[in-house]
Amino acid sequence: MTATKAPTEPPSPRTVRRPGDRIFSGAARGSGIFILLVLAGVAAFLISEALPALTAPSDEIPGGEGLAGYVGPLILGTLLGALIALIVATPLAVAIALYITYYAPRRIAATMGYVIDLLAAIPSVVYGFWGLAVLAPQLVPFHTWLADTLGFIPFFAGPASTSGRTMLTVGIVLAVMILPIISAISREVFSQAPALHREAALALGATRWEMIKMAVLPYGKSGIIAGAMLGLGRALGETMAVAIILSGGAGATVNLISNSNPSTIASNIALSFPEATGIDVNTLIASGLALFLITLAVNMLARWVVNRRADFSGAN
Amino acid sequence: MSTETPLAPAPSRPNPGPVHTQRRLPRFAATGLFVGGLAVGALLSALTGFSLVLTVVYGVVLGTLAVYVVSRAVEGRRKATDRLVTSLVTTAFLIAMVPLLSLVYTVLDNGLPRLDGAFFTNSMYRVVGEGGGAYHAILGTVIITALATIISVPIGLLTAIYLVEYGTGRLKKAITFFVDVMTGIPSIVAGLFSFALFTLVFGNSVRLGIMGAVALSVLMIPVVVRSCEEVLKLVPNELREASYALGIPKWRTVVKVVLPTAIAGLGTGITLSVARVVGETAPLLVTVGLITGTNLNPFDGRMATLPVFAYFQLTQPGTATQAFIDRAWTAALVLIILVMALNVVARLISRFFAPKTGR
Repeated sequence: MTATKAPTEPPSPRTVRRPGDRIFSGAARGSGIFILLVLAGVAAFLISEALPALTAPSDEIPGGEGLAGYVGPLILGTLLGALIALIVATPLAVAIALYITYYAPRRIAATMGYVIDLLAAIPSVVYGFWGLAVLAPQLVPFHTWLADTLGFIPFFAGPASTSGRTMLTVGIVLAVMILPIISAISREVFSQAPALHREAALALGATRWEMIKMAVLPYGKSGIIAGAMLGLGRALGETMAVAIILSGGAGATVNLISNSNPSTIASNIALSFPEATGIDVNTLIASGLALFLITLAVNMLARWVVNRRADFSGAN
Repeated sequence: MSTETPLAPAPSRPNPGPVHTQRRLPRFAATGLFVGGLAVGALLSALTGFSLVLTVVYGVVLGTLAVYVVSRAVEGRRKATDRLVTSLVTTAFLIAMVPLLSLVYTVLDNGLPRLDGAFFTNSMYRVVGEGGGAYHAILGTVIITALATIISVPIGLLTAIYLVEYGTGRLKKAITFFVDVMTGIPSIVAGLFSFALFTLVFGNSVRLGIMGAVALSVLMIPVVVRSCEEVLKLVPNELREASYALGIPKWRTVVKVVLPTAIAGLGTGITLSVARVVGETAPLLVTVGLITGTNLNPFDGRMATLPVFAYFQLTQPGTATQAFIDRAWTAALVLIILVMALNVVARLISRFFAPKTGR
C-alpha cells in the first residue's frame, strides 16, 4: 500500500508535519524563546524598578551624593575583591588542572577532580561562616606582616585590621570559591590537547614540563582565559560570603587590609535590602542593575572567547 | 640538604647537552629531599615560636628548593625545572585541599552539637534562647526548591530538546549563547529580578515563597538546559534514524526513543541543578525573607528557608548568642549534607539508570 505512494512522493528533505509534531516542536521552540524573554525581562524589570532612583534628585539617594556617589565605591569594592580572587585563584587553578590531567596517578585523577569540584558544591553562606570563624582570625598575623613590610604600597597601607574582616580575606575566600570553576574549564581544555603533539614532544626528548609548555599550554590558553573570566563573573556577583565576612561601608579606598573597606554591590544589597523602603529599594536595585551589566559584559566576553576556540578546535 | 651529595655517583662533568644522560636521582630521592626540607622548615619555625602555618610554608619552600638545587647539580637544568614544576603543581593541589578540609572540619565541629531531634522537629516559633530548630526552614527550602524545579525542568528540558533536535540557524545560536551568559547571572540579581517582577504586579514590599522559586528558576534553567543538552547530544543518531525508518513521527521519536535513552543523564543533570540552587541564600533573602513560625504556603507571606535561617542565626543572634550561633552552624551542616546527598543521588542515578545496552 505504501509502495504505491512512494514514487509519487517528491524527494524533498522536508518531512511530513503532523499536528503532534507541530505542537511539540512549537513547545520546544517556545521555551527556547521564553528563556531569551526571561533574560530580556531581567534587564527590563530591573530598569523599571531602578528608574525612580536614576531620575531622583541626588540628595534623596542614601549618602546624599547622588547615585554615582553611592554606587561608585561599591563598584570599586566589587572589582577589588574579584580581582584579588582572580589573581590568587588563576595560577592555582591552572596548576591544579595540570596536576590532575598530567601529573596525578591515573587511577585517582578522576577522584581528585571530583574532590576539587566539591569546592563548588559548598553553599556560599557556608563559605561566609568559615571565612568569618576560621580564615579571618588566621590571617590577622599576615595582615600585620603586610602592613609592617609592604606598608609603602597603598594597598597595604594599614593600619592592619585586628579582626581580619578585610577585603584581602574576602578576596582569598572568593578565590577558593572560583577555584573549581577555573580549574574545571582548564582541565577540560588541557585534556583535549592533541595527543599527537604531546607524544611528538615527548618523543623528541622533552621533559614533562617542556611537553606541557610546548604542546598543552599554547593549546589551552584561550580556555584558561575563558575560565578565568567566568570565575571573575562569579566572584563579582558573590553575595553571602562577602556580606558575612567584610566589615564594609567605608567609601572608596584601595586599602585592602584595614578595618574600613568599601562594600561590594552584591553584599550591600543583601545587607541593606531586608530593611530598605521607598527610594532606598530603587537605589539598591539600580546598583544591582550595574552589577548585572558588569557581569553580563564579563560573561559575554568569556563565552565569546570560548566559542571562538570551539570553532577551530575540532574537538567534538 | 648538602648531605645528599653521595647520591650522585662518579661526579664527573654535568652533561649540558640535550642528549640525555644516565645520571638521574634515585627514585625516592626527591621525596626524601622534600621531607628533609619540611623538617628544616619545622626547625626554623620552632626557633621563632612554633606555628603550623609557618612550618608548612617554610617547609614547602625549602623542600622545593632542595629538590631543585640537588636535581640541578646532578641531573642538569632541564630535569631540575621539570622537578620544580612537578613539586609546584603538587603543592597547588594540596593548597586547594586545605580550605576544603578546614571547612568541612569546622562545620562538623561546630554543627554536630545541635544536630539532634529537636533541630528537625521544632521551629523557632517563640524561641528566644536555647532549643528551637529548623523544622520550618527545612520544609520551606524543600517547598521552594521543589517549586523552582517544577518551573525549571519543563522549560529547560524543552529548550534542550529544541537545541538538539529542532534548532537551526540564528535562533539556536542566540539561545545557546544567552543560556551560557545566563549561567553567569549573579544570584542576587536573580532575586532582585523576581522582586521587581512581583512588586510591579502585587505592589510594594510583597514577600512570597513563590518569588523565591521564580528567582531560583532563573538560576536553575540555564543549568538544566546545558546539562540536558549535553546528554541529548550523546544519544546516537542511529536510534533516531531507526525510529524514523519505522515511520514514527519526530515528536514520538523524541519522547519514546531519545528521552528514555538519555533518562539517566537527564536525571543526573536535573539533580545536580537542584543541588546548585538549594544552597542559594541571596535571592531568598531579598524575596522570601524569614519568619520564625512555620508557613508552608508559598503563595502567602514570608517563609523560612535553611540558608537564610542560617545567615540570620549567625548575624543577628538574640540575647542567648551561643544558642543562635550553634543553630547557625548546624543549619550550615544540614545544608552541606543536603547538597552532598543530592550529588550522591545524581551519581547513583547515572549508575543505575544508565541504558541497558552499551553506547
